[in-house]
Amino acid sequence: MLVSLLLVAALPFLLFTGLYLKSFLLIHDYHLSDLLFSKEWKPASGKFGFYPFIIGSIWVTLLAMVISAPICMLTAIYVTQYTKKTMLRILHPAIDILAGIPSVVYGLWGILVIVPFISKYLGPLFGVKTMGYSILAAALVLSIMIIPFILNIIIEIFKSIPIELKEASLSLGATQWETIKHVLFKKALPGIIAAHGFGLARAFGETMAVMMVVGNVVKLPHGVFDPGYTLPALIANNYGEMMSIPRYDAALMFAALILLVVSFFFNLIMHFFIARYNKY
Amino acid sequence: MDIDTKIQIQNLNVFAKDQQILKNINISIPKNKITVILGPSGCGKTTLLKCMNRLTDLYPELKVTGNIFINNQDILQAGEDINNLRQKMGLLSQRPYPLPMNIYNNIAYGLKLTGIHKRRELNRKVVSYLQLAALWDEVKGRLREPASRLSIGQQQRLCLARGLAVNPEIILADEPTSALDPISSKSIEEQFIKLKQDYSIVLVTHIIRQARRIADHVIFMYLGEVIEEGPVSEIFDHPKMEKTKQYMSGAFN
Ligand SMILES: Nc1ncnc2c1ncn2[C@@H]1O[C@H](COP(=O)(O)OP(=O)(O)OP(=O)(O)O)[C@@H](O)[C@H]1O
Ligand SMILES: [Mg+2]
Repeated sequence: MLVSLLLVAALPFLLFTGLYLKSFLLIHDYHLSDLLFSKEWKPASGKFGFYPFIIGSIWVTLLAMVISAPICMLTAIYVTQYTKKTMLRILHPAIDILAGIPSVVYGLWGILVIVPFISKYLGPLFGVKTMGYSILAAALVLSIMIIPFILNIIIEIFKSIPIELKEASLSLGATQWETIKHVLFKKALPGIIAAHGFGLARAFGETMAVMMVVGNVVKLPHGVFDPGYTLPALIANNYGEMMSIPRYDAALMFAALILLVVSFFFNLIMHFFIARYNKY
Repeated sequence: MDIDTKIQIQNLNVFAKDQQILKNINISIPKNKITVILGPSGCGKTTLLKCMNRLTDLYPELKVTGNIFINNQDILQAGEDINNLRQKMGLLSQRPYPLPMNIYNNIAYGLKLTGIHKRRELNRKVVSYLQLAALWDEVKGRLREPASRLSIGQQQRLCLARGLAVNPEIILADEPTSALDPISSKSIEEQFIKLKQDYSIVLVTHIIRQARRIADHVIFMYLGEVIEEGPVSEIFDHPKMEKTKQYMSGAFN
């Protein structure tokens, strides 16, 4: 028991050490700031700038969150506060099915539906010429993938708030909406933050579905209709190939290291916020 | 409606899916008195209380019929103004549920709902309602702390203060002392005896001794029906119904 516990606790550290050693070749030869902020990615001539991938990952993730967060909040509030319980009973299996679909299926669906939709309708609507393979396509696919996870947690959180709290607020003369806004939302806030953090972490690390629709072009995106490239996609697309190029191996390990460090800090920040709002 | 009557309930029925929870209730709650609703567990006391401020709305599976007049207005017929009507009734539940805010805002929340927004007036009223609920001395240095840090007894008094702050005419209390230690319970009971000068109080309990200590008027319920209703001396010393006699002698517990 204790051994397995220690093992699990040590795992992140082991992972970190492993990746660090493997990418040491790169870290040793370059400045960290060059690696992180240089735009030039020409492995064959020894130029390893991760900036486009980092920016691509951030864009895709944040845009996915911007799309999914309001949908999740409104849906959760609607089904837990404004409808009869039967609605929940219909929604739950739907959510579970969505959550269980493998990401490659989401990717395919993105290629078949989202990508043409963007190139034919959404792009022209905004006066942009686009192939469809873009930051936006990846964000849309991602948001549909993470909505079931976030939504499930938020629904559970709202359901777990004792009805007496709602009764207390209503009996003071508050309307249903005032009660939701000032009391229930506040009570649920730590959980809501955790749910979105969880979704964000998933989005940031998602590989397959994003890789299939994001375009995989190493270029700084200038708008959501531009194609991009993400860190996980970089690793998945290239690992095992082109290993003859010097330090390429180490570069991919470094990409993985960035992912690990970011998710670590992200977790830290999330816990800080949860602790901060959890005092009520 | 009688001048001394605060709440008049007529032919009140509450149906759940497969049972009738309240059966043809006809009672009057007197003004500026403590009315105690007594009865064994599951007889419908809480449901009766929730009908009075229409919290039954939160349970769509319940069907409520009949009339509940408060100041000659039928609560059960009220539409949009139900929020304002609920404000006339302060609610104290079995366990305290402080709002997820600090101590100060727990009181200020209701005050703001009544339209008070000026900082100075809020401050003044928060203090005075905390004093009214006999909590001020214990919390005066820590108004910005989360309410959940208070003891259960203090939380219940905070809930009382919170309920009083919206300036109700009626206090609905559902076994408000059941989660409290004897000293906190006594404090709440004493508050009630003081408060009845200005409020009409409806108190649900199944503690017979508590009822005897503070009740003016007693309603005895059994299996969804009101068996007997009357002044405390009558119900306790000269009950007319056999069921009431049995209950008062502790035969049900
Ligand atoms: N929303 C509901 N749906 C179905 N049945 C309900 C509902 N609320 C209450 N009941 C039933 O109505 C009956 C009366 O419940 P109520 O809570 O009013 O009793 P009570 O007298 O307050 O009991 P206690 O002393 O244990 O608090 C119980 O049999 C309960 O199961
Ligand atoms: Mg009850």
